[in-house]
Amino acid sequence: MSEVKNTQMRDRLLTCGAIALLFVFLWWACGDMNRDLGLGLSRTWRALNGYELQILNLVAVYGILAISLNIIYGFTGMFSLGHAGFMAIGAYVSALCVLTPDQKEMMWLIEEILPPLATLYTPFWVSVILGGLVATVFALLIGIPVLRLGGDYLGIATLGFSEIIRVLIVNATSITNGSLGIKGIPCYTDVYTSFIWLIVVTFCIVRLLNSNFGNVLKAVRDDEIAAQVMGINVFHTKLFSFCLGAFLAGVGGALLGNLLTTIDPKMFTFLLTYNVLMIVVAGGLGSITGSILGSAIITVLLEWLRVVEEPMNFGFVEIPGIPGMRMVVFSVVLLIIILYRREGVMGMREFSWNGFFRFFRRFGKKEEKA
Amino acid sequence: MTLELFLQHFFNALTLGSLYGLIAIGYTMVYGILRLINFAHGDILMLGAYFVFYGTTLFCLPWPVAVVVAIIGSAVLGVLMDKIAYRPLRDAPRISALISAIAVSFFLESLAVVVFTGLPRPVHQPEWLVSIITIGGARLMPLTLLVPGVTAILVAGLLYIVYHTKPGLAMQAISKDIETTRMLGVPVDKIIALTFAIGSALAAASGIMWALRYPQIHPYMGVFPGFKAFIAAVFGGIGSIQGAVIGGLLLGFIEIMTVAFFPDLSGYRDAFAFILLVVVLLVKPTGLFGEKLKEKI
Repeated sequence: MSEVKNTQMRDRLLTCGAIALLFVFLWWACGDMNRDLGLGLSRTWRALNGYELQILNLVAVYGILAISLNIIYGFTGMFSLGHAGFMAIGAYVSALCVLTPDQKEMMWLIEEILPPLATLYTPFWVSVILGGLVATVFALLIGIPVLRLGGDYLGIATLGFSEIIRVLIVNATSITNGSLGIKGIPCYTDVYTSFIWLIVVTFCIVRLLNSNFGNVLKAVRDDEIAAQVMGINVFHTKLFSFCLGAFLAGVGGALLGNLLTTIDPKMFTFLLTYNVLMIVVAGGLGSITGSILGSAIITVLLEWLRVVEEPMNFGFVEIPGIPGMRMVVFSVVLLIIILYRREGVMGMREFSWNGFFRFFRRFGKKEEKA
Repeated sequence: MTLELFLQHFFNALTLGSLYGLIAIGYTMVYGILRLINFAHGDILMLGAYFVFYGTTLFCLPWPVAVVVAIIGSAVLGVLMDKIAYRPLRDAPRISALISAIAVSFFLESLAVVVFTGLPRPVHQPEWLVSIITIGGARLMPLTLLVPGVTAILVAGLLYIVYHTKPGLAMQAISKDIETTRMLGVPVDKIIALTFAIGSALAAASGIMWALRYPQIHPYMGVFPGFKAFIAAVFGGIGSIQGAVIGGLLLGFIEIMTVAFFPDLSGYRDAFAFILLVVVLLVKPTGLFGEKLKEKI
């Protein structure tokens, strides 16, 4: 008994340590250091430039989005393609909340903004949660009729929903500024905020999935009828999971909007849902660790692939840059993942400190044998 | 609304609807046999249009030859797509195949952006197709009548293949029970490849007509027609060819007529199809002509 407690204690300490390490890294990553080089010269030194910081931010935001889709699809088995819709709602609600009334007056050119929205102003974190909540309300409205469908029909219906949201955003000019989009959103999402959100979300979701409710979700995923026979209210479970996923998608969308500082309806097309879906699939369906890893891998890969779009010089032959090549390579990589490693990086496994140590011990043993 | 105006809208709707129907056939055939939503179908449509565009401009082929080449090229592409991306996943969970289909669709789109560039290209409409004629007061292009006509011929041919030839019989058998059909000695993979070939050829045909009707082509032109045609297929009852055609026609009429009678709603035009989809799925998930799906325990 005490051993179990000791292990638990150890794991907790290790987790805290790892988080502390992460924050040290973030502090290093975005720290401005004024180095005095003597002789009256001083230069500002930055560990990572703005572009790399942006990638770091995107990793965290996509991590949240991937977790949210993983809850819906990986853990409850509902194939939902409506993520871009929820993200759009989150992003727009948050943007409407954090813009100052003066800015709004300047921006809504086609049509006056609706009076109650014109004076609406909330702190950033409230706006993010509000974004999530509004997305949840929409998820509830769409979920009650649509979740009765199964499999790919659900996917198409939710995809339809996200397209409808986009059409509504384009047309509801007095609320969303139509196809002009919203510009000049203050860039509140810095690496600390996004990673704190990621850690909080991961913590809550891991606790939830380890509880009995997590088992209920997985039971519904693995066999709906068996779950029903066991006395689980399948519909309520699905609806809850759908709403939870939508909430997190709204939060992620709000963070993304504040990170990019501009949002417009064109941003929230099927391509966005597809990106998130691919992160989840590449990381492993039904693995939170996989979602975070996948978001890091895919986000970095997508940026790194910009290399193939630049002109390359091999000394003897020069290849001119091919714009758009990045997405071709990306889709081929994903096709290969689906065809040859369907379970993704992590499969359904999760990270645990025990597994972590076992891995290293095994590694050590191999070396001893050699 | 005057009668002339109504006729004008009527023919527009007929053209749009028959295009939707023609695209929807591809979805419905593949879905009926493999239970797979072939997301890349809309992109085959786009490629078909591009083949004709480049065939006539770059290689200076005469129109009919370019059309035939484009249709054959698209059919080959369809077969290749099945072979590379779908066949290895026959025994995998259905959602894996669906994700693979989405990946193929994005691959084709981004490849088109690289090869053809993202610039929209104007399509040259042959003179005799666009010279205005007047029927009952409505000013029409011959094209508007040509599209439904070609569609009718193609559908008739398809129905003949499916219901009166051996491969068609095999297709019907596979859609009922793939394993038993395989046991009976039917070369299932070949028949599925044939299905993809036919579906893609029809998509290319509709892509060409789409490019003539709305004379501009770009790498993402297939996305929305693809979605809407899929909705038409669901509306008509997925798996049924007649259903797909009728669903497409109805969808075309709903889109055009709603905007015609309520011009204020024109901004929401793209949402109609999706709202229709949600309603159909809720009220009658099997569509107008679909067979009842039995849940197997």
